[in-house]
Amino acid sequence: MSGKAIDTLVIGGGLHGLSAALHLARAGRRVTILEKSWVGRHASGASAAGVRTLNRDPAEIPISLEAMEMWHGIAGLVGDSCGFHAHGQLNIAEHAHHLPKLESRLARMREAGYEHEELIDRAELLTLVPAISPHCVGALIARRDGAADPHRTLLAFRRSAEAAGVTIHEGVGVDAIEQAGDDWRLRTPAGDFIAPTVVNAAGAWAGKIAAMLGDDIPLGLKASMMIVTERIAPLLKPVISIVGRPLSFKQSEQGTLVIGGGLQGRADIEAQKSFVDFQELAKGARAATDLFPSVSALRIVRTWAGMEATTKDHLPVICASPNAKGAFHAFGFSGHGFQLVPVVGAIMADLVIRGSTERSIKGFGAKRLMQQRAAA
Amino acid sequence: MFRKLDQDTGSSLTVHVDGHPVLAIAGESVAAVLLRQAPFWARTTPVSGARRAPYCMMGVCFDCLAVVDGVSSVQTCLAPVREGMRIERQQGRPDVTS
Amino acid sequence: MSRRVDLLIVGAGPAGMSAAVVAKRHGLDVLVVDEQPSPGGQIWRNIETVAATARADLLGKAYAEGAAVVRQFRASGVDYEPGTQVWYVEAGARAFLRRGGSASSVAADRVLLATGAQERPVPFPGWTLPGVMTVGAAQIVLKSSGQVPDKPVWIAGSGPLPLLYAVQLLQAGGQIAGFLDTTPPGRAVAAMVALPAALFGAPGDLLKGLGWIIRLRRQVPCVRHVAEIEAIGEHGLESIRYVTTDGRAATVPADLLLVHEGLVPTIHPTLALGCRHVWNSEQDSFAPELDGWGETSERHVFVAGDGAGIGGARAACLRGELAALRITASTGRLSEVAAEAFAKPIRSRLADALSPRAFLDRYYRPRPAVFVPPDHTIACRCEEVRVATIREQVSASRPGPNQVKAFTRAGMGPCQGRQCGYTVAHVLAAAEGRAVPDLGLYRVRPPLKPVTLGELAALDMMDSVP
Repeated sequence: MSGKAIDTLVIGGGLHGLSAALHLARAGRRVTILEKSWVGRHASGASAAGVRTLNRDPAEIPISLEAMEMWHGIAGLVGDSCGFHAHGQLNIAEHAHHLPKLESRLARMREAGYEHEELIDRAELLTLVPAISPHCVGALIARRDGAADPHRTLLAFRRSAEAAGVTIHEGVGVDAIEQAGDDWRLRTPAGDFIAPTVVNAAGAWAGKIAAMLGDDIPLGLKASMMIVTERIAPLLKPVISIVGRPLSFKQSEQGTLVIGGGLQGRADIEAQKSFVDFQELAKGARAATDLFPSVSALRIVRTWAGMEATTKDHLPVICASPNAKGAFHAFGFSGHGFQLVPVVGAIMADLVIRGSTERSIKGFGAKRLMQQRAAA
Repeated sequence: MFRKLDQDTGSSLTVHVDGHPVLAIAGESVAAVLLRQAPFWARTTPVSGARRAPYCMMGVCFDCLAVVDGVSSVQTCLAPVREGMRIERQQGRPDVTS
Repeated sequence: MSRRVDLLIVGAGPAGMSAAVVAKRHGLDVLVVDEQPSPGGQIWRNIETVAATARADLLGKAYAEGAAVVRQFRASGVDYEPGTQVWYVEAGARAFLRRGGSASSVAADRVLLATGAQERPVPFPGWTLPGVMTVGAAQIVLKSSGQVPDKPVWIAGSGPLPLLYAVQLLQAGGQIAGFLDTTPPGRAVAAMVALPAALFGAPGDLLKGLGWIIRLRRQVPCVRHVAEIEAIGEHGLESIRYVTTDGRAATVPADLLLVHEGLVPTIHPTLALGCRHVWNSEQDSFAPELDGWGETSERHVFVAGDGAGIGGARAACLRGELAALRITASTGRLSEVAAEAFAKPIRSRLADALSPRAFLDRYYRPRPAVFVPPDHTIACRCEEVRVATIREQVSASRPGPNQVKAFTRAGMGPCQGRQCGYTVAHVLAAAEGRAVPDLGLYRVRPPLKPVTLGELAALDMMDSVP
């Protein structure tokens, strides 16, 4: 490799890898990203790009709220709006018996001192989302939430990282990791890469990378399916989800409806391929047309399933490696990592450079998952 | 534009293109009817608003999309005409709020 | 609720119909679905209605031949569902259909994709203007609707189809303003080595083609060796500018321009199924990798007809029969030995039917600008992405079509890259110094046909959540 020394090798050119690299480079580190196919190939490019604090697990709320502040000034971080619009996210109660769930969530939030979620009634719901079926009774709303454009976000993070001096190698997968004195040696088809610190942001393949580093972290695999329709005239601005049914529903800037909700397709991790299960996806289409009957005649233009790692408790792994000195993990976002991208990069920079962070990452240690395996 | 050959012998029926009654022959496609109408286009694109007319006539190009009996984005080259059918040229992105 | 059949055939053109007849004869439960309202495929479109009319005479003998095949197909007793789109085929195999605004699925032990070909996309500046169509499209409306251009039309292109259509059009009383022959100079020399095979195998085909050419040159202003075309107009075609290889340029008024540069196999269904594909350098296109019977790399998924590689109607029928024999044998209703015995004469006729191919492919190989058009040409008709924008994506990391799709939206529109897939691959290949087969095409993201949200929702048989 070139004579230029590398301080940190980031494995994975998804949004989390890019964000970690960006923050590290801005702090003066020499960073290289190794991406086995191309930037944004899997989960990052297949994301619905929801920017959501609403209904987050309490463990994630502190960093999610900080990330939301960062999203509201995202151009200051990456020089582009990333197509982010804060039209709010709503979790809809279709029927009266769904309301208690929202009310108890709200009570827990207030109890913990959080103000970012509110309950709205049917009248306000219909004002905010006139196209929604009038049978819905109310919603929990996070008004500063919204959505971004995934590809624009990828481009902005990539360009900023490169402008900050990050080197990105695409088509370079890591075959093996070895210790080389105080450094790590990453073996790849493009030669060896050596650095004292390594960030594992390898998404669906992060478990494999962790194992190479000596951490046995059990992970599941998600292949969350998405639907995109033809472009239509403006229909709604906020991002919609429903209590008790698999749906996330929004309209992109181009006018397409982007419909997800975590319905699972089939993933073949070895072949790096994922497949859509239409019988299953029909549930999402059903939920969408129940909530927005007028979209029933719209053409589906494409569907896909994006591959990502998932953990048992659906919380990410954001920590220093328990077994490998100088290695750090950021993965396992379990289908809701997009919003956390700007803050997790900052956390990784804290951990790599200072060995600690003031940000709350208590719930995200790798050990919690490793211990479970030991106990099993 | 296109014109019918005189020799055609099908049972004729009436469809409406943007409100105007037009003669059609049973078995032909909506796109074939549109190819005989002035102005010569089926839709404007949802991206730039440019006009498009039927191009491939075999379901591949999606440029013959029009509103048929209130349903937007119908591939008119694959849709056979029916008596009384209402065909409208499609303007940009379909609006489902109206 | 879901049905189950022994064999699902997608497409009721020459290959699909021929396969259906053979498989049914051997006792298979066969379902044939087709997008069109009547059997025949594109080559024999609307043959049942037209066969008995004067229009059949002007469409010629090769068209009339379809009537017998369609009659046999109708008489075979197979289940046939016209007006039906297949919007996904799942490995395993289950096909998802839509017909008359409702979706359903059918389980099939074996699937034969007889989905034919599409015209090779011919991008050039102005090709999206109303008034520019394909020759195939004009021929389809002649067959299915009995209509011709109402004013003298310009035809530009290369290959047998423009010649055939021009002759049919003149026969029908239509007028041709001019014929811009885009076949590059020197092709006759390039194709010469393949001429003997064509002459021995199918002498009639070549004589017929020669007859068309002689007739056209007598009756129609022809410009040879046209290298560049531009369609000009504000809201529709107003004029055409063309330049020949030796630099002669002209701008002529026009209100209808028909273009054609050959055919390419329909590969979206086999791509979606994950079948392996190979690059056919003679035909400048991808085709599924097939064994001698038409089976793909996915077990029990077969391809016959022009979807296997462009070969014409006669070859398509024979490939359909071969696939049906193998499919029947795989169910145990026919012994391997018997299938082989039936296949032997078919293979020999197939070789004859394909014998002019090498000559035609070489003679009519498209000019370079068909693959890499000028920068200001729209590459993706749906998302209106220009060639220049594709080229701007080229960087040290040598992006492939899927990256370019993600970052430019080329290929994200309703046609799903059917019109821009090859263009994007060729533009990138040229700019990156790579070969198209190494770059590949877009990943196919289903549905293959535009099913609606409501139709998909109706597949969810569960009761509504209370």
